[in-house]
Amino acid sequence: MRGIDGQSLRLEHLSVQAGNFRLSDLTLEVAAGEYFILLGPTGAGKTVLLETIAGLHQPRAGRVLLGGEDVTAAPPETRRVGVVYQHHALFPHMTVAENVAFGLTLQRQPRWRRALPWLGRAALRREAHHPEVAAALEMLHIAYLAERFPTHLSGGERQRVALARALVIRPRLLLLDEPLSALDPQHREVLRSELRRLHAELGTTVVHVTHDFEEAVALGDRIAVLHAGRVEQVGPPEAVFRRPASRFVAEFVGMRNIFAAEAEPGNGRAAVLRLGGLAVAAVAAQRGAVHFAVRPEDIVLARHALDSSLRNVFQGRVTEIERRGALAYVTVAVPAPAGEPLPFVAAVTTPSLENLDLRVGESVWLGFKASAVHVF
Amino acid sequence: MSLLNFPKPRNRLHLAFALLGAVLVAFIAWPLLRTLLAASPTALWRTWQESEVSAAILLTFGASAAATGLALFLGIPLAYVLARADFPGKALVEAVVDIPVVVPHSAAGIALLMVFGRQTFLGKLFGAIGIHFVSAVPGIVIAMLFVSLAFLVNAARDGFRAVDTRLEAVARTLGASPWETFWQITFPLAWRSILSGIIMMWARGLSEFGAVVILAYHPTVAPVLIFTRFESYGLAYAQPVAALVILISLGVFFVLRWVGRDARH
Repeated sequence: MRGIDGQSLRLEHLSVQAGNFRLSDLTLEVAAGEYFILLGPTGAGKTVLLETIAGLHQPRAGRVLLGGEDVTAAPPETRRVGVVYQHHALFPHMTVAENVAFGLTLQRQPRWRRALPWLGRAALRREAHHPEVAAALEMLHIAYLAERFPTHLSGGERQRVALARALVIRPRLLLLDEPLSALDPQHREVLRSELRRLHAELGTTVVHVTHDFEEAVALGDRIAVLHAGRVEQVGPPEAVFRRPASRFVAEFVGMRNIFAAEAEPGNGRAAVLRLGGLAVAAVAAQRGAVHFAVRPEDIVLARHALDSSLRNVFQGRVTEIERRGALAYVTVAVPAPAGEPLPFVAAVTTPSLENLDLRVGESVWLGFKASAVHVF
Repeated sequence: MSLLNFPKPRNRLHLAFALLGAVLVAFIAWPLLRTLLAASPTALWRTWQESEVSAAILLTFGASAAATGLALFLGIPLAYVLARADFPGKALVEAVVDIPVVVPHSAAGIALLMVFGRQTFLGKLFGAIGIHFVSAVPGIVIAMLFVSLAFLVNAARDGFRAVDTRLEAVARTLGASPWETFWQITFPLAWRSILSGIIMMWARGLSEFGAVVILAYHPTVAPVLIFTRFESYGLAYAQPVAALVILISLGVFFVLRWVGRDARH
């Protein structure tokens, strides 16, 4: 399949109302070819926002610009904006190939014929053998499903069909509404890397809605955090989890140790994650540019060099101690030979904090197991 | 040997309910079978050859089909609006559609006569273009339409309601206009419900007596013919006509059910 020239998207002072949900005065800019994430808790109105961008919902105020063109009043069928829903929304009365051919068939049939029932069916069957349909199925590795009906497919397969169907019309913009949320973890992982590959290969602009922070970090060039109908923060993933702009973002993102790294093969199932000249041992199959996270509860602190059974041991300096009830969060800056010090947050119980007798500015050892490193 | 595989009732409740239900099924099936079996095939054939009988049966089926066609043209849009739109007074509209089912049908006939009678505004208006309702086929058609359209509208409405609006949304983003979306996605997906509505409405129209007899005693439809024969000549003369009508109705009913089943994917 040929590349798709993704176009830029600009939302200007957009206000949307649907039921009791309100989105007010939203301004966002997505660059052409960018993978943009709308991150927010369930019920933040992300779907309504997507449907407004697609033209399925009329905004109360504001403008939607696609490639610089004002499409606010344009009906959805003229926008060439592909949509993939969480629950795939495949046409149950059509085969996989016919589903994918649907958009092409419409483009190729004379108008009078398209509005007639069942006359369109014959055309759909013909177009199902079109090379572009075959290419789209091929690209998503579902060519063998072409003649099946959606009810006989697994969740992952359905989502691939939905993606192929949206991509075959060469969308100026691809909207993904929680595309991975209905899948089991294993298929989610596979389809996630598939999305990354498709975006890299096709160059389409993607706006992807999710409530999953990990998904946002793994896929997004930039992330916008939505809360109560407003954008709380927009920026690259690192900026969002390193410097949360509001209390909500900080809490939603969670207090986690998230880092970008380069994954290299280690021994057996192990991987070595390199960042700023440091090496972190992990158990993971991924290679290349990845992110990894370590839960604060999984990090052990000590005054002296740690027991060597922990694969990852670093020395650092305490920069902050935050007491929260029975727990205390200790931030330790680990100096990296080639780069900024890396801030690790460890959770310790208040008694052990007193045992350690830690103060800000003091030197400390921290360690965590290779199996505690979560790579994504 | 399916009778030998008949499942044993799981407990006494199942047994009791099955027996009570069987009484009702027998109550329906017995009279129908009794009527059918009372007439020999040759007697049925002779009855069919009476021009009065065959004309009445064909008129009944044709008029009911015409009423169903009218309801398709006007009722499918109404059903779609009821399924998709929310507007003030929607509950009232739904109630209005259902009212003919609960009104005694002779009263419905009177009501229609008040609007479509010879001296009424609509009666004169249609009369000017040669369409008469009193003692004429169009009167039979509107009587059937009035008392049976709820079956089609409600079935189609439920069918449309069951179609996920996201399917329509996706079709729009793929380049389909609202009309195209309706014909390519919504209508085919609701078709099974609509078809069952068509069958129910058509069957209900066939059997209409009360409203039809008020508007048009002549030309005679099958239910009216059975009634007049019974009134004038007694049971023995009415029974073969009744048997014939039951037989044909059942036949058509099963064929349509079978077609509808085949359409399922």
